[in-house]
Amino acid sequence: MVQFTLPKNSRITTGKTWPAPQGATRVKTFRIYRWDPDSGENPRIDSYTLDLDKCGPMVLDALIKIKTEIDPTLTFRRSCREGICGSCTMNIDGGNHLACIYGIDEVKGDVAIYPLPHMPVVKDLIPDLTMFYAQHAFVQPYLKTETPAPGREWRQTVEDRKKLDGLYECILCAACSTSCPSYWWNGDRFLGPAALLHAYRWIIDSRDEATGERLDDLEDPFKLYRCHTIMNCTNTCPKGLNPAKAIANIKHLMVERSL
Amino acid sequence: MHFYTPRKLAAGLGSGHGATAAHWFMSVSGIGLAILTPLFVIAVGGAIGLDRAGVVAHFGRPFAAVVTGLFVVVGMIHWIRGTFVMIDDYVQGGPRAWAQILTQLFGWAVVALTLFALARVLLAPDVAVVVPAAAPVVIVN
Repeated sequence: MVQFTLPKNSRITTGKTWPAPQGATRVKTFRIYRWDPDSGENPRIDSYTLDLDKCGPMVLDALIKIKTEIDPTLTFRRSCREGICGSCTMNIDGGNHLACIYGIDEVKGDVAIYPLPHMPVVKDLIPDLTMFYAQHAFVQPYLKTETPAPGREWRQTVEDRKKLDGLYECILCAACSTSCPSYWWNGDRFLGPAALLHAYRWIIDSRDEATGERLDDLEDPFKLYRCHTIMNCTNTCPKGLNPAKAIANIKHLMVERSL
Repeated sequence: MHFYTPRKLAAGLGSGHGATAAHWFMSVSGIGLAILTPLFVIAVGGAIGLDRAGVVAHFGRPFAAVVTGLFVVVGMIHWIRGTFVMIDDYVQGGPRAWAQILTQLFGWAVVALTLFALARVLLAPDVAVVVPAAAPVVIVN
């Protein structure tokens, strides 16, 4: 049964508060989810008030400032700082965003930061993405061919190449999958929007010769058809992609070949 | 504790190889309902405010009878299948099986009762309806 309340050991308590620095005039409070599995304590929300005049413009800048200058125990993933690696995805102000390209000024009031929803938490803002990556692996995200490899590269027309636009840009940040209610309830059986977008990227690739097998693998009540076109994935994608459309296109191909 | 790797969990038992037919049925029945719903509203709307004889006469006409029958059959099958998926999504364990059984029973009962009522109106419109006699009113001064 779907659980709408948290178990006792997951209920969030009020944590520590770090006040605004002396003399700061332009301040912002960051309320951040903290949980350390080794402590045995419940998760808590710590509040950090920063001087925005001495902080970069993005949420990731604030997190780095907190970790560097206030609380070195705060744990989060980050790498490229320019929206390419997908490491710093987190739930900011109720939506899934890349912290590195999400401006602090986009949030009115306090900035609430949580790990990605409905994923096991490793520590603080770090979700366990093992299953997410396994689902990505399941769609076999690589070129599959029968014919012998050509001497140089696999050729493709300009039109065929254009079909990959809006698909290959996915950085696997998991913002879409973790915003999908179907994925929340059936994350173990439904592949989720990110994996399905990647599946479609290889299904539609003119060079791939395993289209039928790929469709066979997806023809399942849960793996594909648990997408109910809720569109949260498209709404939240920080790269502006449309996983819902890719999934609809897969369904269209399924129907087309079965009629 | 199990020894499945995440990759094995993601693959599960492989593909069911059968969901496209269900998806196509729901798409087609959804389009059918989009057409039938306004017709059903017109068909039922015409019977509002009529007495019993008027209602029997109304549903004795082909348009109202056929549209009502089609709407209920298509609508309830669509509803049964849709609810089945919803229960699959949100209910687990023993309650899931019971919820799905009850949904099937309710849906098919609605279909059966509607078709029975329409058949009775069409085939035996003059069958008297037995109404229990009202209890005598005793006024005590």
